[in-house]
Amino acid sequence: MKSPRALAIQVGFLILPIAISLAVAAALVIAVGRDPLEVVDALWKGAFKDSRKLGGVVNFWIPLTLVSIGLVVTFRAGLWNIGVEGQMMMGAVFASWGAQYLLLPESLSPLLNVMLIALSALGGMFWGFVVGFLKIRLGVNEIFGGVALNALVNVISIYLISGPWQPRIGGSAQGTEPFPTPALLPEFSPTFPVNLFMIALVIAAFLIVMILLNATRWGLNLKAVGANMRSALLLGVATERASMSAFFVCGALAGIGGAYRVLFTFDNLRPLASGGIGFLGLLVVLLLSIRLLWVPLIAFAFAAILTGSTRLQIAPSLKLDSSLAGVLQGMLVLFVILFHGVQEVFFPEKEIHHRDTESTEKSRVEQYEQ
Amino acid sequence: MNEEFLNTLGSIIGTATPLVIASLGETITERAGVVNLSLDGSLALAAVTGFAAAWTAQQAGVLDLPAQLAVGISAAMLVGALIALLVGFSSIKLRRDQVAVGFVLTLLAADLARFLGADYTRIPGPQITRFAIPVLEEIPVLGIVFFQQNLLVYFSYILMFVVWFWLFRTRGGLALRAIGERPEAAYARGAPVQRLRYWYTFVGGALVGLAGAAYSLNVKPGWSSPPAMQGDGWIALAIVIFGGWHPFRVVLGAYLFAALRAISGYIQTNGLWIFGQEISFPFVLLNTLPWLLMIVTLLIVSGGLTERLLQYMPRAVQRRLRAFLRSDPPRALGTRFEAE
Repeated sequence: MKSPRALAIQVGFLILPIAISLAVAAALVIAVGRDPLEVVDALWKGAFKDSRKLGGVVNFWIPLTLVSIGLVVTFRAGLWNIGVEGQMMMGAVFASWGAQYLLLPESLSPLLNVMLIALSALGGMFWGFVVGFLKIRLGVNEIFGGVALNALVNVISIYLISGPWQPRIGGSAQGTEPFPTPALLPEFSPTFPVNLFMIALVIAAFLIVMILLNATRWGLNLKAVGANMRSALLLGVATERASMSAFFVCGALAGIGGAYRVLFTFDNLRPLASGGIGFLGLLVVLLLSIRLLWVPLIAFAFAAILTGSTRLQIAPSLKLDSSLAGVLQGMLVLFVILFHGVQEVFFPEKEIHHRDTESTEKSRVEQYEQ
Repeated sequence: MNEEFLNTLGSIIGTATPLVIASLGETITERAGVVNLSLDGSLALAAVTGFAAAWTAQQAGVLDLPAQLAVGISAAMLVGALIALLVGFSSIKLRRDQVAVGFVLTLLAADLARFLGADYTRIPGPQITRFAIPVLEEIPVLGIVFFQQNLLVYFSYILMFVVWFWLFRTRGGLALRAIGERPEAAYARGAPVQRLRYWYTFVGGALVGLAGAAYSLNVKPGWSSPPAMQGDGWIALAIVIFGGWHPFRVVLGAYLFAALRAISGYIQTNGLWIFGQEISFPFVLLNTLPWLLMIVTLLIVSGGLTERLLQYMPRAVQRRLRAFLRSDPPRALGTRFEAE
């Protein structure tokens, strides 16, 4: 049993970062001369006013949850997969290729959908492999390799849109022509426009990765690699293979997320189709200190803020930039991380806890020294 | 030499200046053992703050142009320094991961810049004016390239030498390098490791802020969304690695990137002519060049590939070439230090 004081501290540190980030966001809104309550109202209505809006939230939730699940895997292996945004985009590009060139009749649409999703997973894996290869075999830090590869795939997509895949009339860099109907993922109903198959796929991915991470040798190996590269190597874990497999899993999931953007959300390929969802996934996973269990829930909250924020610009009395959503999300994650630190440093639960963080730190130092 | 060519070189030096200042700032911070990964966002937030402050000062109508610019630059430097201090504080005092905090701050600062900058988008404001240095500007070739610039550019030249001198020729610089390499040993010799880390994180961050102002008050005047310098923060971080944490090499890297960008920009507007023949290919793809260069330079300095290639070289060349190509980070980079 926890003492009342310990419990109070725990609850306090759960609420405090949320309260502070809301307060700072409110102060910002007041500073630009708007009413914070109106902002809350707009966000809420923008996300939950009717089933169509809720469908919009789910449409962000699907790719966001997919990349977040993938990122839990790479973080477990101690890898900073900032390249996830590009892996999403590469998945979108692969799916777009298939959507334009694999022409199947309407009746075979489900088969085509599955093929395109598989193709997008392949695209994401390919781009994940490049980051992994650069990191594991050639020693290029995965953060910088990832950033560069994100930019590369963006240029490639703009080239495709303004070149080989440009619309027959009015070719510009806005986007390709809408894909043929059989390639597009069908919506459940006009009043709730989401794709049920993809929701099922997200749930399946969540459960499978949960089992893989916690109940298989592979999951154990990843954890060992993430905790300490050198001792994992000495214990006989194939560290290179473990790291590479993490990139493959994350790349595949991100690629599928990218496919959803082009095959459902937009119906065509556009520049920056991934829309920052990969980066948002990194925030989700950092907020949760890499725990998978709460990913779907936090991803839903973030998706709701993101969907709701589109209303900030439209609402006549507000006319606020939608980047407020990003500010709120970023601040939440920042304060959660900082208050974790405050709690650990100034309100340590037990002596053992302190020693525990110390030893992991030591192993990290060893990792850096290699 | 062709005057137009020299002018182009001069404009490369000018447009490279924010990159030079930002990567020198990050070099100082990282030499002290702290990674400030927030550069891409910090640059944007500092740029918009600096512009907004200078613009507000201009509208007030009390101050003259130099004073308006001073207000803007100070505000930008303050923003850069504060963000960097937050990275330092969360690592030194709160024992958080520098990379995680830096990354979150990158996104947060970028969004904050977009949010606060919404009212300042595409409006004209004060700009840093050109100031040719008398006498020096008359030097053939070098004069046009280096000395017909503005004060910020001259500051970047001086900064490069100051950073080098401080790092390698002073006791303070010795302590700075020591806390980034072997903080325990430095501590045992009486260096106040944490206080110095705070200080150099602050100084490096202020320089990043200055670089932000260099964009919005000079190189890409004003503010727009998406910001003109998007991605440059990451390039600056990569330049620090490419430069092996040595100020001269870092500056060289910044000029290299700016030159490559100028060339690809030139080809995209004027087309490519070789021996009187126009070569045509999708010029959009030229935008991949800076990023490909980033990957290639990191490949070269990071070891794996270089080591393999070096094995085919004669032994005498091997060691020298390795020393020239490889760059190893400060040993305690990104780690925490706790005095026992």
